[in-house]
Amino acid sequence: MTKLSLNQMKGNQKGIILEISGGPGLQNKFMSMGIYKGREITKISHIGLRGPVAIKVGRSVLVLGHGVANKIVIEIHG
Amino acid sequence: MGKSVVFSRLTGVQVISSNYAGTTVEIMRGVLKLGDQEIEVIDLPGTYSLEPASKAEEVVASLLNEPAKEEIAVINIVDSTNLERNLYLTLQLLEAGLPVIVCLNMCDEAKHHGVSIEIDSLEKLLGVAVVPTCAITGSGIKTLVEKIKDIKSKPREKTSHRDRWQAIGSIIEQAQRLTHRHHSLREVLEDASVRPFSGALIAIGVMLVSFEIVRFIGENLISRIADPIFLNFYQPLLIKLSPILGDESFFHHLLIGDLINGKIDFKQSLGLLTTAPYIEFAMVLPYIISFYLVLGLLEDIGILPRLAMLLDNLLHHIGLHGFAIIPVLLGLGCNVPGILATRNLESRRERFIAATLISIGVPCVALQAMIFGLLGKFSGFYVAGVYLALLVIWVVLGVILNHTVKGYSPELLVEIPPYRLPALSTLYKKLSLRIKGFIIEAAPLVLLGVLIINVLLYFKLFDLFTGLFAPVVKGLFGLPKESVVALVMGLFRKDVAVGMLMPLALSIKQLFIAAVLLAVSFPCAATFVVFLKELGLKDLLKAVLIMSIVALVTGTLLNFAIR
Repeated sequence: MTKLSLNQMKGNQKGIILEISGGPGLQNKFMSMGIYKGREITKISHIGLRGPVAIKVGRSVLVLGHGVANKIVIEIHG
Repeated sequence: MGKSVVFSRLTGVQVISSNYAGTTVEIMRGVLKLGDQEIEVIDLPGTYSLEPASKAEEVVASLLNEPAKEEIAVINIVDSTNLERNLYLTLQLLEAGLPVIVCLNMCDEAKHHGVSIEIDSLEKLLGVAVVPTCAITGSGIKTLVEKIKDIKSKPREKTSHRDRWQAIGSIIEQAQRLTHRHHSLREVLEDASVRPFSGALIAIGVMLVSFEIVRFIGENLISRIADPIFLNFYQPLLIKLSPILGDESFFHHLLIGDLINGKIDFKQSLGLLTTAPYIEFAMVLPYIISFYLVLGLLEDIGILPRLAMLLDNLLHHIGLHGFAIIPVLLGLGCNVPGILATRNLESRRERFIAATLISIGVPCVALQAMIFGLLGKFSGFYVAGVYLALLVIWVVLGVILNHTVKGYSPELLVEIPPYRLPALSTLYKKLSLRIKGFIIEAAPLVLLGVLIINVLLYFKLFDLFTGLFAPVVKGLFGLPKESVVALVMGLFRKDVAVGMLMPLALSIKQLFIAAVLLAVSFPCAATFVVFLKELGLKDLLKAVLIMSIVALVTGTLLNFAIR
């Protein structure tokens, strides 16, 4: 199993959320957006080396800034 | 999603928008007539969860906690195209013991996306009434109103976050069917707009096309409607009025202004009946209409969050993050809503940087329209030059502020909505609200500005004034001392200020410098007031200091750098 942060993932890769760090406010926000441990997500793209990351969760497309994306660790399939 | 449309279909004309108890969060209240009962309907800010992550969500949470549960009921507007995401709030509402009716909105969009929801199953699983609606066409609204009478609560046990999502997963499985559809053009475009290269192309394309459309509509409104009305209908009326007032009388000067070459010149005469309405309605209003038309389209189609994502990187260099692009775009229409929109930015540092950059570097439509009017007849090159100069100032100042202002800049964490075809009725309502706002706010100020100038001119009170500032204006900026009046007017109202440059017979270089100076110097009185309200006196003074330095440096640099 490979562990990567959202930033390290390649575009179009799928994975399961393994860990989420961050303060309680951020965790709440994540939770209400459907980002939680065990959820499957697909990374769509990122803009440049330190740019925001677009992911697909369920039927929603979400955008996370670089710093925020670092807080989410994904387990990649295969 | 489509919440406001449902709200406006439920309520009548008497809608009041107000701020909630000392916050800056707006809520709208309206009245729904149900038989002989009158029910107050409140449109709360959109939220995805009762656990607040922003001021707006705090307001919603507290508003739902305050009154006794029997007295309120919740119409939960759910986006049918994304049932999963929306049900999180629904379950929380039910857990809180609130009476709920679920309004499954955007039913037509759902069909396009291949989503079909079994209403009966969903009703059974949730325990409350579910009404599919399509607020834009109005279908389902009658049913919604009928079922409101029977709203009841169906309390659920409070669960943990995880269990809630599990519950949602199982509800979805039982009540929602997805049919596979081929990738539509819309989906391809949605995907392309969040990837770096295709996204950049789309963003640049959209901005260029928008700019062109705004210009095209604006110019045509002026040349085909406004100018003909003023020249063919209004001017003859004024010419008849002129002898009645008596050629040299005060009232003649006040109302009609100076005759240029013996004729009424709408741009230069500076009369209350001539220049004031002309600036308002024939130079600025056409661009207000075209700008807000295009902005409304961009907003409703869903392009703005994508722009925010693509620009996030660049904006970080000037201390802002992606979403700060929205106040800036609004500021291009009028700095006042632009600065008001900075409320939505999280950190104080960001709010200060954004508000300052908007006041100094972002020209409002009124100003832009006048710049076109002033420099457009030379070549497009000069107009582009003004924009370029402002952009450079904006970037340089932003970088400086980024390195000097203390505080943090937050990160993006937003949902990108799917592309939607805007509803004409919403567009129309937005546009007319904005146009009305402009006319009501700007008209008296323009009249007042022209009045002051007119009176000062008549009594020849200017010389003292211009004499004072002449050395700076002439020595540093290379402008004649008469332009002092125009520059000072810029502190009051930008369009009138540019209008005052017209009779001065300036060279192109001088016009260019004056236009940039007017754009860069502190915005009109209205923006001044809003800045004070939103950021406080200390920050306002800081911004005024910055603006003065920027104005002096820019004017001088341009004067000595351009040949």
